[in-house]
Amino acid sequence: MGDLAPGMPVIRLEEVSKIYTLPFGQVVALDNVSLDVEKGDFVAIMGPSGSGKSTLLNMIGCLDVPTTGRLCVNGRNIGEMTDDEITDLRLETIGFIFQQFNLIPLLTVRENIEYPYILRHRKHDTGGRANKILSKMDFDSSMLPHRPNELSGGQQQRVAIARALINDPTILLCDEPTGNLDTKTGTMVMELLKETNEYGRTIVMVTHDSNVAAYAKRIITIVDGQIQ
Amino acid sequence: MIFFDFAWRSIRLNWLRSLLAVIGIVIGVVAISSMGMLGNSLQLSVTEDLSTVGDTLVIFPHASDTLTERQFKNIERAAGQYAAIPIYAGHAERIEVGNEKGVALIYGIRPDDIPDLLEKAEGAYTQSDGSVMAGATLAEEFDLRVGSRIKAGNTSFRVAGILEEKGIGFDINPDSALVATDHWYSSYYDQDEYDQVIIRVSDLEDIEDVKEAIDKRLNRRETEVDILDTGAILEMITTAFESIAAFTTAIGGISLVVAGVSIFNVQMMSVTERIREIGIIRSIGTRRLEVMKMFMYEALILGLIGSSIGAVLSFGGGYVTSLFMLQTVKYIFLPSTLIYIPYGMVFGIITSLLSGLYPAWKAANLNPIDALRYE
Repeated sequence: MGDLAPGMPVIRLEEVSKIYTLPFGQVVALDNVSLDVEKGDFVAIMGPSGSGKSTLLNMIGCLDVPTTGRLCVNGRNIGEMTDDEITDLRLETIGFIFQQFNLIPLLTVRENIEYPYILRHRKHDTGGRANKILSKMDFDSSMLPHRPNELSGGQQQRVAIARALINDPTILLCDEPTGNLDTKTGTMVMELLKETNEYGRTIVMVTHDSNVAAYAKRIITIVDGQIQ
Repeated sequence: MIFFDFAWRSIRLNWLRSLLAVIGIVIGVVAISSMGMLGNSLQLSVTEDLSTVGDTLVIFPHASDTLTERQFKNIERAAGQYAAIPIYAGHAERIEVGNEKGVALIYGIRPDDIPDLLEKAEGAYTQSDGSVMAGATLAEEFDLRVGSRIKAGNTSFRVAGILEEKGIGFDINPDSALVATDHWYSSYYDQDEYDQVIIRVSDLEDIEDVKEAIDKRLNRRETEVDILDTGAILEMITTAFESIAAFTTAIGGISLVVAGVSIFNVQMMSVTERIREIGIIRSIGTRRLEVMKMFMYEALILGLIGSSIGAVLSFGGGYVTSLFMLQTVKYIFLPSTLIYIPYGMVFGIITSLLSGLYPAWKAANLNPIDALRYE
């Protein structure tokens, strides 16, 4: 949050490698990757399946830690943080948008959006932040008391975006955000993301769709765990 | 309390298996509580039937049939401030009341000692050789009143008084007996040695001292008398019943273990079904401990519901079994019996929490990436 010194990239990977040890041997998912993402940037990561793009995104999202190398998110070195600190960093700094939407089936639409807010502030969203975010998204608010599985894919992804934005994160991480949507809804979602980027939010997005990648300011291609 | 909401909704969503787990806890709690309650009621009812309180020493001859006058004097001396009461007992006699015939045990007690030893319900204490006191059961059986005539052996007695019901004792059991004077007994049966000596030690702290003093005086060279300490016997009986109660409660505990396994199973299912959900909430900023809390709440809710229902049912169960087995429910409402209900509840809740611990821990320590990928 306030940890980021002026001029520092919001995401910095220094010679990061990730090696998975599997029964049949070791798999190098990321091979000596160095990458800076400045505040307000919109980066698309592309590459074939198994190239390591998801690993890279998970790493930036602090869901995974480097085997070697240094990863700093929002000015903080992940290697030196406890699990609770990393979890709090995810809660306060990072918003996730997944291909599968990943809404929580037990909660209503409103509760899904509010959930990170409640985690962070220990109270309900009384300031109407969720409504404000949804109002920009052409979302039928009568759906709020419903369960996620009653919504269409496009609506679910909008809810997921609202959930990702509720804590006003510095970084938005998107894993194939349009992968499960039709073209029209996909375009709408991308327009939404573009708009939040224009407000200064940093976006890192994994996609294999070049039309989607075209929304980004910068495209990184990754092959065999290395940035090309 | 969003984690509590999570837990509650998960239980409601999977209500059938939650219900089964709850039933397990209910059975476990009922088993523990009602067994404990029944055990306690049983113990109370038995110790209440025993009239004796732990303040009596009963001295019997060891090898011979009777205690000599010399032995009695020695006992009397050893007893110090407490009165030693010599008892003639042991003869059963044919009795006749009007046309009714029967058999009764006869006691011979010094008239001065009778009020110290026995309580009368009506009439007067026996003073003369021509009168007896009748035990409560005997009086009822033969419809004896104060002033009734009763023939025992060759002697015709007037009933001077009726005794209060005494219950089963370790010293004398006069409920179905006649109490005559020592003088009559001694001359009628031509016996001048006593069958037993009773000492009431009103200050319980002195019991050991008196016992020791008698032992020293009479049993030093060779064992002449046996000393029965009713306090020690009561303690033995109480301990025996406590062991029985503990054993039955432990059997109840086994069903609680089974219930624990069921909770464990349900929680493991809940965790496994929700791996992806755990991955989601972990990735968007839920701490490990919070995930753990979420699942522990689930176990707690199951435990609380099960224990509460179990508490109500075990009161009912304890009531009914007590009614059938002991023919009374008067012991059910005593604090020492009722305490088994909260005991059972606490055990139920602890079992649920312990069973939920590993599944919750497992959920909390899932790798978020693997959990997110889980299909």
